[in-house]
Amino acid sequence: MSNIYKEIVENGLWKQNPGVVQLLGLCPTLAVTTTAVNGISLGLATALVMAASNGAVSPVRKWIASEIRVPVFILVIAALVTVIDLSINAFAHPLHKVLGIFIPLIVVNCIVLARVESFAAKNAPVPSILDGLMMGIGLTLVLALLGAMREIFGRGTLFSGLDLVFGPAAKQFILTVIPDYHGFLLAVLPPGAFLGLGILIAGRNWLELRKAAKTSAPTHPLKPALSH
Amino acid sequence: MSKLFFKNPIVKHAVQTALSLLAFAFVGTLMLAYVFDITRAPIEASEKEARLALFAQILPKGNYDNDLLKTTVQIPANAQLGNLQPSTANVAKINNKTVAVILEAIAHDGYSGDIKLLIALRADGTISGVRVLAHKETPGLGDYIDIAHGDWIKLFNNESVHKTPEAQWQVKKDGGKFDYMVGATITPRAVVKAVLKATQFFEANKATLFSIQTTQAEKLAQ
Repeated sequence: MSNIYKEIVENGLWKQNPGVVQLLGLCPTLAVTTTAVNGISLGLATALVMAASNGAVSPVRKWIASEIRVPVFILVIAALVTVIDLSINAFAHPLHKVLGIFIPLIVVNCIVLARVESFAAKNAPVPSILDGLMMGIGLTLVLALLGAMREIFGRGTLFSGLDLVFGPAAKQFILTVIPDYHGFLLAVLPPGAFLGLGILIAGRNWLELRKAAKTSAPTHPLKPALSH
Repeated sequence: MSKLFFKNPIVKHAVQTALSLLAFAFVGTLMLAYVFDITRAPIEASEKEARLALFAQILPKGNYDNDLLKTTVQIPANAQLGNLQPSTANVAKINNKTVAVILEAIAHDGYSGDIKLLIALRADGTISGVRVLAHKETPGLGDYIDIAHGDWIKLFNNESVHKTPEAQWQVKKDGGKFDYMVGATITPRAVVKAVLKATQFFEANKATLFSIQTTQAEKLAQ
């Protein structure tokens, strides 16, 4: 039993990571990650929506006829996103100003629908919720890394905008990584997001290849890795 | 006949499917209605608070004793303000006497897209403060007009058309008195021009703007 959960966690965070392996939901990935705080905030909001939508669909999956499953899934996701949008607007207003237009866009982030369709519609509620959460956290990690990279190279700071989330007191946690930095515009603009994501994908692939080479090379140099 | 019709497996399946979709829509609507209802008051409160906090930056509290959000004047679309849509001006009063007006203006000639400005003008025509409400200027280059990225916008504090002649309302590069950052001249040029035009609008419409004595929204005759 615990094997299933372990696999779900591994899939979400590494093997099937939505940000760098499945490459689903690129629109927010590229648009929001101008700073680490923006990336983490949207990532966590997405993770929350994914856990909630997987959790909502899984218990009722037997009553959803396959012909109408997509409209039902979209309805569930859209309703949950609207609930989260209204809640953030009401209780974290400054954050809502920053993430504003991207929160409704979670509805059309295909990773949410993809997990509901391919996992929650076939599995029990608890694994489904875990799957949504882990896929969301996997995406959050990518958004956080990409945001941090772009922020450091683009502005020379890290965690700027933290005060928007936790109030003015959090301003002291903003790090100036490179003092007197004049900024590197490319990193902040959209092309920087593509380049940064490319670097992250390349980095992950490099790690995977190295791992595969280590495990298979000494014994069976000509045979492909066991997992294929 | 109709009994037979509903026993047809295809029809039965279709009806069941439609009903289940309806049920999901119903539950979803109920949930949204409930959340909308409980979040409406906090959202309104935080929007109002955010607006007042913005006003406080350009017109410090204590300079007026009325409710700024309720004392408004509707200004029709106006070329001088750059507003293509009617806009709302907030009027600050002390003892029901107008002491300042907060205008919205839009600069259309920024480097990329419109720059929305909020300008507070005192009764004597001096600028109390200017803030950029929204802009799409290049991050790290033209965005120093935004208070979040620099103090440049404070150059307008206490400026007026009486103090500074119209010819001086330009960036230094064009022979005016306003500083700018090398590499981003188009942005401050647009802002200076928009603030000047808004100030001129204020001078030209002072009588009308100030004649409003009630605390109700009124139409500004044009």
